[in-house]
Amino acid sequence: MAAPLLEVRDLVKHFTISGGLPLRKGRTVRAVDGISLQLAAGETLGLVGESGCGKSTAGKCILRLLEPTSGAVLVNGDDISTLGRGALRKYRRAMQVIFQDPYSSLNPHMVAGDIVAEPMLNYGIGDAASRRARATELFDRVGLRAEQMAKYPHEFSGGQRQRLGIARALALNPDLIVCDEPVSALDVSVQAQIINLLIDLQQEGNLSYLFIAHDLAVVRHISHRVAVMYLGKIVEMAPTAALFRRPQHPYTEALLAAVPVPQPKRKRRRALIAGDVPSAVRPPAGCRFHTRCPHAEDRCRVEEPVLRELSPGHFAACHLRTG
Amino acid sequence: MTANSLPQDFAVPRQRSRLFDTVRRHPTIVLGMLIMLLLAAVAIFAPYLGTSDPMKLNPVFRLRPPSERWWFGTDHLGRDLYSRVLYGSRISLQVGLAVAVVASVIGTAIGLLAGFVRWIDAVVMRIMDGLMAVPGILLAIALMALTKASVQTVIIAIVVPEVPRIVRLVRSVVLSLREQPFVEAAEATGTRFHRILIRHILPSAVAPLIVQATYVCASAMILEAILSFLGAGTPSSIPSWGNIMAEGRQFVTVAFWILGFPGLFLTLTVLAVNLLGDGLRDMFDPRMRRRL
Repeated sequence: MAAPLLEVRDLVKHFTISGGLPLRKGRTVRAVDGISLQLAAGETLGLVGESGCGKSTAGKCILRLLEPTSGAVLVNGDDISTLGRGALRKYRRAMQVIFQDPYSSLNPHMVAGDIVAEPMLNYGIGDAASRRARATELFDRVGLRAEQMAKYPHEFSGGQRQRLGIARALALNPDLIVCDEPVSALDVSVQAQIINLLIDLQQEGNLSYLFIAHDLAVVRHISHRVAVMYLGKIVEMAPTAALFRRPQHPYTEALLAAVPVPQPKRKRRRALIAGDVPSAVRPPAGCRFHTRCPHAEDRCRVEEPVLRELSPGHFAACHLRTG
Repeated sequence: MTANSLPQDFAVPRQRSRLFDTVRRHPTIVLGMLIMLLLAAVAIFAPYLGTSDPMKLNPVFRLRPPSERWWFGTDHLGRDLYSRVLYGSRISLQVGLAVAVVASVIGTAIGLLAGFVRWIDAVVMRIMDGLMAVPGILLAIALMALTKASVQTVIIAIVVPEVPRIVRLVRSVVLSLREQPFVEAAEATGTRFHRILIRHILPSAVAPLIVQATYVCASAMILEAILSFLGAGTPSSIPSWGNIMAEGRQFVTVAFWILGFPGLFLTLTVLAVNLLGDGLRDMFDPRMRRRL
């Protein structure tokens, strides 16, 4: 089998708390604590979890917008996690990003056309005229009009801004786009448009998405496979259909049970878990979920479960499930 | 009044003039700008405004009060105060403008570096804290003591204590912008470091920078006058407001005008620059607006 487009091995990102009270100094926040995943060309991997579970941090580490503490990020088999600034630029072309907030992710002082053309300018692609032609093409592709190129970001609506962000990400013909909650800041009706645009774009080219989100309905719609994160770890990873039909990890079960059902008369199961996510400064010993897990046993409090393949392609990290 | 006439009611003031609109919305800018333009005109056209040689001694007419012949009176050597004050405005405006520009350029360069490079930040900001801990006037006097007096050395001596204000401002802008998604997006699309600085960071820093520069300008004018007043600034062969006031100090009981007129001009100039700065700040950041 050829090397996957993206492979992440034991990615770790710890933040050290500096400043503040002397007692708290030097503590580390274990935002991402050893995650591994693979992404094939043309595939969408959904990365879900509660806020603060490290999913965005993981995305930024993969893009090297943050420096990973340890672990490897392989793009087409080449490790980019230790490359210097110059060498990294070559790989940046292959992976782009779409941010959550369509307002702060566009420079307010630049017009839309320049924002979309900037990536091409950065890599010296074509001359001014051809870049303009390509920007026009991209505008058309994401559903914006060419005459809007002279407008400033604040003149666009939220959905249009996100389309701009997508056009910018497409400018370099990337293989992979990390979508960091690309629709959670948008209205529901606009969400659907953007999601469908992303799906269309994937079918045209051979695009891969690492789709970070907390909205399970959205993730289910767009992803081929889904990885569930909890406190910096991946607790379950499976093809979308399998994960939603037969969740193996108690946390995934709880997440699925929490999804609102658009049928008011149908009885819903009681919330399976209570309490908040424990602090990532001092994650619980053993299984990180044991403090909230309804099925926790003694073993869960001591021994940390590893991610095991329960059925082909279906991984879960739980002592209580056997293949 | 019928409902139909309403749209016209809205349209008329718009059509009257944009200038009127600006004046109404930002009176401080207009007022400050007006005074500054007037002073600049006075400084540039000083030779044509009925002045005589500001250095010409006329001992017969010493310490004359303001009159038709000597509008602002004469000083203890019989020099025409009106001419001296007008020519003195050249020094003040020159120093104010030069310090604002030079301090902004140097401060921006240092601030950008400090905001982006951690170890430079640690070193530079301690130096800036040190500079800010010493009163600007003391620092300027110490610097003047190292060289001979000239307008250029005065400018340099004032730039040094003013630079930290700009550095702190630019650094704080950089620190807040650096984490913005659009800067991260620029990095992700392979934008080189210097392009990120020029295209994504600097434009957002320009507005607060201009405002800060006007305050630096006002502060520089006062510092120049103080330095000259203390005899550590502009050489006494050149009339500057500080010099004139220093020489008039001993005669204040018999000839208040020697101190009064340059003092009035200095006050007016600094007030105008500050009004301009306040107005610009309000225009760039409407949340900070206060009623005049």
